[in-house]
This record gives sequence, structure tokens and C-alpha cells, in this order.
Amino acid sequence: MATFLLPLLVLCPLAASLIIFISAGRMGARGAGTVACAGIGVAAVLSIIVSVILLSGPTGGGLQVTLWPWVHVAGFSADIAFMLDRISMIMILVVTIVGLLIHVYAAGYMRDDPGIARFFGCMTLFVAAMLVLVLSSDLLCLFIGWEGVGLCSYLLIGFWYDNPANTAAARKAFYVTRVGDVALLCGLLLLATATGSPRIGAVLAAVTNGQVSASGISMAAFFILMGALAKSAQVPFQAWLPDAMAGPTPTSALIHAATMVTAGVYLIARLHDLFVMAAPVMALTAVLGTLTLLMGACAALVQSDLKRILAWSTISQVGYMFLALGCGVWQAALFHLMTHAFFKALLFLAAGAVIMRARHEQDIFRLGGLRHAMPGLTVAFVIGASALAGLPLVTAGFYSKEMILSGVWHVRFGLTRDWTVTGHPLWAMALLGAFLTALYIFRCVFIVFFGKAGTVAAGRTSRLMTIPLGCLCVLSLCGGVIEMPDTLPSLHLFSALLDPATPLSHADEPVWLVLAGAVVPLAGLALAWMLWGRPSSVMRGARTAGGPDGRHDVLSRWQDIPDRAGAAAGGLVRAASARVFAVRAGFLDMLARWSGRIGRWGARMLERLHNGRMRWYAAWIAGGLCMALAVAVLS
Amino acid sequence: MIALPALVLLPVLGGGVAWVAGRIRPVPTPASRDAAWWVALVTLGMETLLLALITFGHQPHAGPWLAHFSMPWIPAMGIAIRLDMDGLSLSLIWLSLVLCFPCVFLSTRQVTVNAGAFHFLFLATLAGIIGTFLATDLFLFFFFWELMLVPMFVLIAAWGHEDRQRAAMTFFMFTQGSGLIMLVSILGLVMAHYRATGVLTFDYVTLSRTPLSPALSMLIMVGFFVAFAVKLPVVPVHVWLPAAHTQAPTAASVLLAGILLKTGGYGMIRFDVMLFPDAASRFAPVAMGMGVVGILYGAWMSCAQDDVKRLIAYSSVSHMGFVLTGIFCGSRMGMQGAIMQMLAHGLSTAALFVIAGAIQDRLHTRDMRRIGGLWAAMPRLSSAGVFFAVAALGMPGLGNFTGEFLVLLATWHVSPALATVAAAGLVPAAMYALRMVNRIFLAAPRVGQSPGPDFPPRQMAVLACVMALVAVLGLYPQPFMAFSLPLPVAAMTGGKDGAP
Repeated sequence: MATFLLPLLVLCPLAASLIIFISAGRMGARGAGTVACAGIGVAAVLSIIVSVILLSGPTGGGLQVTLWPWVHVAGFSADIAFMLDRISMIMILVVTIVGLLIHVYAAGYMRDDPGIARFFGCMTLFVAAMLVLVLSSDLLCLFIGWEGVGLCSYLLIGFWYDNPANTAAARKAFYVTRVGDVALLCGLLLLATATGSPRIGAVLAAVTNGQVSASGISMAAFFILMGALAKSAQVPFQAWLPDAMAGPTPTSALIHAATMVTAGVYLIARLHDLFVMAAPVMALTAVLGTLTLLMGACAALVQSDLKRILAWSTISQVGYMFLALGCGVWQAALFHLMTHAFFKALLFLAAGAVIMRARHEQDIFRLGGLRHAMPGLTVAFVIGASALAGLPLVTAGFYSKEMILSGVWHVRFGLTRDWTVTGHPLWAMALLGAFLTALYIFRCVFIVFFGKAGTVAAGRTSRLMTIPLGCLCVLSLCGGVIEMPDTLPSLHLFSALLDPATPLSHADEPVWLVLAGAVVPLAGLALAWMLWGRPSSVMRGARTAGGPDGRHDVLSRWQDIPDRAGAAAGGLVRAASARVFAVRAGFLDMLARWSGRIGRWGARMLERLHNGRMRWYAAWIAGGLCMALAVAVLS
Repeated sequence: MIALPALVLLPVLGGGVAWVAGRIRPVPTPASRDAAWWVALVTLGMETLLLALITFGHQPHAGPWLAHFSMPWIPAMGIAIRLDMDGLSLSLIWLSLVLCFPCVFLSTRQVTVNAGAFHFLFLATLAGIIGTFLATDLFLFFFFWELMLVPMFVLIAAWGHEDRQRAAMTFFMFTQGSGLIMLVSILGLVMAHYRATGVLTFDYVTLSRTPLSPALSMLIMVGFFVAFAVKLPVVPVHVWLPAAHTQAPTAASVLLAGILLKTGGYGMIRFDVMLFPDAASRFAPVAMGMGVVGILYGAWMSCAQDDVKRLIAYSSVSHMGFVLTGIFCGSRMGMQGAIMQMLAHGLSTAALFVIAGAIQDRLHTRDMRRIGGLWAAMPRLSSAGVFFAVAALGMPGLGNFTGEFLVLLATWHVSPALATVAAAGLVPAAMYALRMVNRIFLAAPRVGQSPGPDFPPRQMAVLACVMALVAVLGLYPQPFMAFSLPLPVAAMTGGKDGAP
């Protein structure tokens, strides 16, 4: 039965999407929202059912479905095939359940938009593509979902196409991820050439058996890492995600929480056995993750746009996941992916509701004192912020971040045979990142919800929007207690669920490690209170953004670099194209002119031959005859 | 037996009737225009029926071929009318017919000037193309090769857009000049065979066994290659293509991009790689390099265009680079990839030309700087446009990706570096496709633009069939790949004895 349910799980959102697209807007706002929520809802129910089936089966097994052959040629065969194991089980649960909550919210949020049919068509297609991505047992099938996710993000970021800035942001997102996709494709080609099959199981088996050369493994891991970095907006591909805020808020929530940016994390966790064989690439992953988490946190600290703060915080949090992946604790990365999905969706949806009621004001310095006008949303946002900051014991973010930090503390990178590097510096930087996280998110909380009143809030938040917010609040608070450090009541449900064979356990973990992880967010919160929270705080009046603040100027200039590089490259390419066109036109003109000239010259020569004088003709005839005779005799 | 010549002759006859139908009244009226259109439609329907009979019916005495026909033409010179059909030609003829339907449904009815002659030329071009795909006598092949040029030349020169004369002339010069080089190569091959065996023949199967010195076979192979390279087109000799595609009337653009380019790929498979395997494998590095250059150059130039038809035309150059690379990979996988790419590119690019033509009919411009967001006014046309643009950028799950992936995989076996460079061509592909989407379809509407009516449901249904085909080619290409393979030369000889 499960083999029948698995394709159905993908088919539900896909069918919803097709129905919405084919009805072409005749369905009305309510109809489109209902169909979309029904599609995702059925998928969520199905994913719970297949998870139960999987967990009740033997441990270590998975469900395999081969639907149809994609390409079978000599030396290469690929199928459209799905597989459910414990990694993909976590992913489908997150994608469908968080996706469902976001869709319900969107049905309220987008109610009055004229393009709502197109919106829900793309959203459900987005979820369907993500499900294909996480369920495929074949790298090629995975690539279909991988690019499908990119396409849907393009369509949704540029949803309000009337503003050229939105479509430019959408194109930027697609181009940047496309560069990564090409790298991923190259990695895929390499693996397929070396092993003859893109089936994930076969590839991993071939890699662990030593069928692929060491350099081949490193190259493949590097290419795949590039693809994952681009999809997850990590350094050096981080530029597209902050601009992706141009789309509607539910889209941002979907991109940041359930789909798209988590795809890179999933891919590396899925191919973990391959990355273990390529130690330098693992170290590179960890270093880039650390860089990203610090950079994202610093950038979030100086933003004045509410949604941009959240965007940079996503980059920073996904950096934690890459750090965990680089350190080999992929269980922790997936755990953080799950809790991050909860609290980031909560933050985005709450922010969307706040912005909507504040008449589309996104500048945090123009908002202010909203806790009186919207107490419910304030509670929701503060819960999300606490989970993001990882306030100890009461939030989900604390447990997942703690798991990553302890994993990083214990890691040793074996770069070469006799040169190992400890992970302690990375741990310190990750801890600094945790401090900054608490600082920037509570800066945002204190400025937006406390202090002097800014804009006037209007309207009410509809029931459709508050119910998902409530569910996400519960998940953000309690979603983390399934996995606890050893120092606390040792509970390892999540890692036992993922990998029953090798439970993660750090019995020798010092107590102060957990304490440090608990104290640092509180310190960040305290500093944020001192700087922005107190009624008479120093930073309260100072507009950080756009002000004559040296630190911010440096940062903003630095953030600009990718944009400027892009603009410069674009200018260069345009100039080069113009030059090539000129050369091409000149060459063709020259060709035409010379062929004309040669033709005319030839004509003039021939004209000379028949000049009307009989003597010349006779001479030509005689000469020609002699020549012919000479040739005949001599040859 | 008689099915194959009927397949070639039927469009010509139907076209003749269409011409007469359009001329029955001295002053052309809408009714007589429609008469020509109806005759063309019925002809296409009969042709499809005939092809279905050949595909699914059993052909006696065909030997290894799916269908076979031969009768002497000029016995003194060993020239015969020899038509043979294998999987490759069958799939390409199906592609041609499938593409003619959107063409006729969506575009040729709008032709107002001399509609009868237009439909005659349209069908004559189709006949020439089908003949090219079927001929296995080299002289007959050359005959059809030239036959499809002349009506196309007239179509461009008479019904084209503002700069049609020059475009038609460039098209004719390039294809005719390269065709003459091919004629010389054919004659060279025939003479070499005559010298070696004393038999004067133009038969493909017999000539394939000609013993040739390496240098001579290389020379003759390159002679063939030049003609096909112009048609495909390969980058240094692609100059005719953007002008011709841009200036041609919509139906002719569809024929050019959808099918005419494929005769180049077909010729390369049948008359280069299969006829001269040794020379082709020696020539492969050059050809693959040219293919990769074409991928990058075509995509780059496409990014720099403002004219929507020109943009699509340059994207064809880029896609055909994949075909060239795949054909010369030297492996079955590469060739299958090239064939898949030809089929998928035929469908997606032809649909894009239909849509561009519809936009031009409604807004009277092709300049993307003057066309604004059409989504609000024409959601059906725009959604089809977005779909095919996405297909053109190589989205996995749609047909073009299948071909590109197989070609890249086959190239990776030969040279990973070359495959990486070719794969990099997918990035500019995204750029030109999405720039087009964001300038025409999903963009702010222009002030003062008066968009016409959207596609009616019937026309949209035709396009939806094409969309479904592209999706099937992307998701389940295996059956198409299984039957679209060319018959190997070694297998052909067995069937010749069985044939009368």
C-alpha cells in the first residue's frame, strides 16, 4: 500500500496546481485557496500515514517505488523512482505540515489579490517539486525537483511583476541558483560516468567500495557542494536571498522554512557517505558555513527592513546547518532544519501579518510600540524570536543549536593523513554567532513592538491567519524537546529516529559547554535590552540604516559588492556583444564588398576578351588550339 | 510499397489543389482564402493518416527497413528512386507533421495575400523535407535537398517582413552554395566507387562499402559536412539563420526552425557519421569544439537581442550546438541525445515562433522594448509563452533537458572539460529565456499599447497538445528513444536482397 501512497503524495499538490492553472482564474479566490489547501492537506495526511508505515516496519529499511524508466541506454540507466527512508521522512513531514500551515495562512493573506490563482498554482507546484526532490531515489529525478523548486521560486518572487525591481530580483535568484545547478549537473555527470547509474544507493555503494578514484570523489563532492551552496544562499552565493523578499510574504515563508533553501542541506545530508570520503570538501563546508553564519548575523544587525532582517537570519541559520554538515553531524543539521522551519515560518508569517496591518510599512524604525495594538502578534513574534535566538530550555532552537555546537566541539578534521585540525575555533565562532543572533533579533523585537508608537495599526488579523500562527507557536516552543543534551535529561529521540544503528552520544561532554550555549543568547538579549529596549537607551533614536554611521556604511558597501560585480560584468558583456556585432557586421560587409569587387573585376577582364576585333578572336582560337594540342601530345 | 512515394507526393498534390482553390474566383474573397486553408488542412490530415498506416501497419518486403520503395529513374547512370524509412526518419517525419498542425491552425489562416499560392509553397516545402528524410539514393537526396529550398525562398521573399529580400537572398546563397559543395562530394564518392568497382551507382547502401583512402574520405566527408553545417547551423556559417528566421512569415519560421534545421542534423547522422565512420571519428574533436562554441555563442548573442524572433533564432543556434556535439561524440548515447534534442527543440522552438508570430499579428512589432506585459491582457498566450521559454532554458522534466543531458553525459565520457564548458551554456540559456519572459509576458503593461484578443480555446488546445508532448519527452523519453534510432549501415545490406 505504501508503494501506492508515495506517488500519490507527490501527485496531490501537483494535481491541485494543474487544476488551478487550467481553471485559469475562473475559480475565484476562495476556490483556489480551498483547492490548494486541500491538495497540501491530503499530502500532509498521506505523509503522516507513510511515516507511520515506515516506522512500524523493520529498522533500517525503506520504501522503494520505481515508477517508470527515464532513460536506459548502453552504460547508463536512470528511472523515475521514489524512496522513503528516515531522512526523507523528516523532510516530507516538515514540507507538508509547515507547507499546509503556510497555505492556510496564505488563503487569508492573499484573499484580495487579483492574481491569486497564479499564486496558488505556483505555491502548490513549489511544494510538489520539493516533494519530488526529497523523495527521489535517483539523482536525476532529484534534479527535476531541484530545478522545479528554482523555477517556482522565480515565478513567486516575481509574482507582482508590475514592478521591474521584483522581476529583477526573481531573475537574480534564478541566475545565481542556476550557476549552482550547472555545478551540480557536472557533479552528477561525473558520478554517473564513474558508476553508470545515478541511483543514490548505487552511487554511495560504488563510492564506499572504492570504485571511484579519490580525486573523482573530491571533485564530485566539490561540484555538489557548489550546487548546495547556491540553492541554500551560502557564501559566496548569498546575494539572491535578501532580494527574494520581493515576493509575497507566504512565499518568503515557504522559501525560507519548508522548501528551497533547505534543499542544499538535505542533499548533503543525503549524500553524507560521499562527503565523508572527501575530507577537504567537508572542511571547506564547515568553514564556509561558519563564514556565512557570522556574515548573515552581522548583516542582519544593520538592516532596517523587517523582512530583510529575517532573510539574513535565514542565511545565518542555514550557515549553522552547513557547519554541522561539514563537521559530519548531519543529524544535528536535520534537527536544526526542522526547528528552523517551525520558527522561521512563524517569524515570517507574524511579520507578514504585522506589515499587512501596519499598511505595508516594512521599515522597523517607522513601526514601533505595536505591542499595544496587536498583542497576539507580539506574542507570536517574540516566541519566534526566542526560538531563533535559542533561549535556553523553553524553545526548540536551543536544543537544535546545542546539538550543533556540541558536535562542532568534538570534531577533528583529518585534512591529510597526519594533519588534523580541531574544531574549537569554529565552535567559538558559532558561539559568537549565537550571541549576535540574539542581539539582532531582539533589536528588531524591541524596536518594532516596544517603545514609542509609530504607524497606526488598522484592521484585524483574520482567523485563517491566526490559526497557523498558533500551531507554529506551539511547534517552535515544544518541537525541540525530542532531543536533549546529555547534561540535561538525556533524550535522543530524534537521532534515534534518524539513525537507530549509531546513536550520537557525547557522554564525556563537559557541563560548561551546555552552559555556554545557554548563557550566550541570554547575554545577547540583555545587550539588546540595554541598547534598544530601555526607554532611554542610546541607540533608540539613532537610525542605523541610512544614517551617518560608519559601521553601517562599510557593511552596506561590502554587501553591494556582488551587485556591483554583477552590474560591471553585465556592462562588460553588453559592450562585448556590441563589439562582436560590429565585427560581425563589418566582416559581412567586407565579404560582400570584396565579392562584388572581384565579380566586377572578372567581368571587366572577360569584357576585354570579346572586344569585337576579328584578329583577336582568331588569335585566341589559334592559341587555344595550340595549347590543346600541346597538352594532348605531351601528356 | 506505394506508401512512401504517396507520402512525398500527397503534399504536392494537395498544395496544387489548394492553389487552384484559391484561384477559382478572379478576385480573392475570404471564402476562397478559406478554401485554400481547408484544402491544406485536409491534406495534412490525410498525410497523417497515411503516416499512421505506415507506422502501425505491417510493410511486406521491407527487409530491415520499416518501409521500402525503389524503382529505376535513370538506369544509365545508376540513379533510382529509392525511398527507405527507418526509426530516425519516421520520428522526424512525425515531428514535421505534428508541427504543421499548430502552424496551419494558428498562423496560415491570417495570410491574406494570395493564400492559395502560400499554401502550395508551404506544402511543397513539406514534401521536399519528407523526401529528404526518406531518400536513400544520393542523387534523389540532393534533388529533394534543393527542392525544399526553392519554395522556402519564395515564402520568405514574398510573404516576409520588412527586410525580406535581403534575408531570402542570404538564405539562398548560403544553402545553395553549400549544396553545390555537397553535389561535388556526391559525385566524388560515386566516381571513387566507379573507379574501385566499375559500377556506377548512387545507391546509399552500395556506396557505403566504397573503399576510400583516409585523405579522400576525409575530403568527401567534409564536403558533406559543410552543407549540413550550414543547414544545422554551425557557428561560423550560421549567418543566414537569424535574418531568415526573423524576416520569414510565421508559418515559414516554424518550418525553418522546427524541421528544416533538423535536415542538417539528419544529414550529419546519415551521410557523415554513418557513411564515413573513420573520417568522422577523426573529425570529431573539431566538430565537437564547433558545437560547444555554437552553444556558448548562440546563447550569448541571444541574450543581447531586442527582437523577439531574433532572440529565438539565436537560441536555436545554441540548441543546435548540442545536436552537433552529440552527433560527433561517437557513442550511441550521444546520438540518441542529439535526436531527442532535435525532437524537443523542434516542438518548443516552433511553438515559440507561433507565439511570437501571434504577438506580431496583434501588436505589429517584434521589438521587446515596445512590447509590455501581456499577461494581464492575454493570459493564455502568455502562459504558453512562459511554458515554452522555460522548456527552452532546459528545465528538467521537459524535453530539451533530456537531449541536453544525454549529450552532456556522452561528452563527459570523451572529455570532462569540454562537457563542463558546454554545461556552462545553460546559464546564459536561463538569461535569454527569462529576459524574454520578463520583457514580454510577466512585465508591467506598456502605456498606449492595445493588445488584441487572446488565443481562443481551440487554438489553445492545439498548443496544449504540443505542451503535453514536450512534457512527455521530458518525463518518459524511453519509448521515443527506443524507436527513433537510425538503422545501422551493417543491417541495411541484409535487406537489399529481399527487396525487389
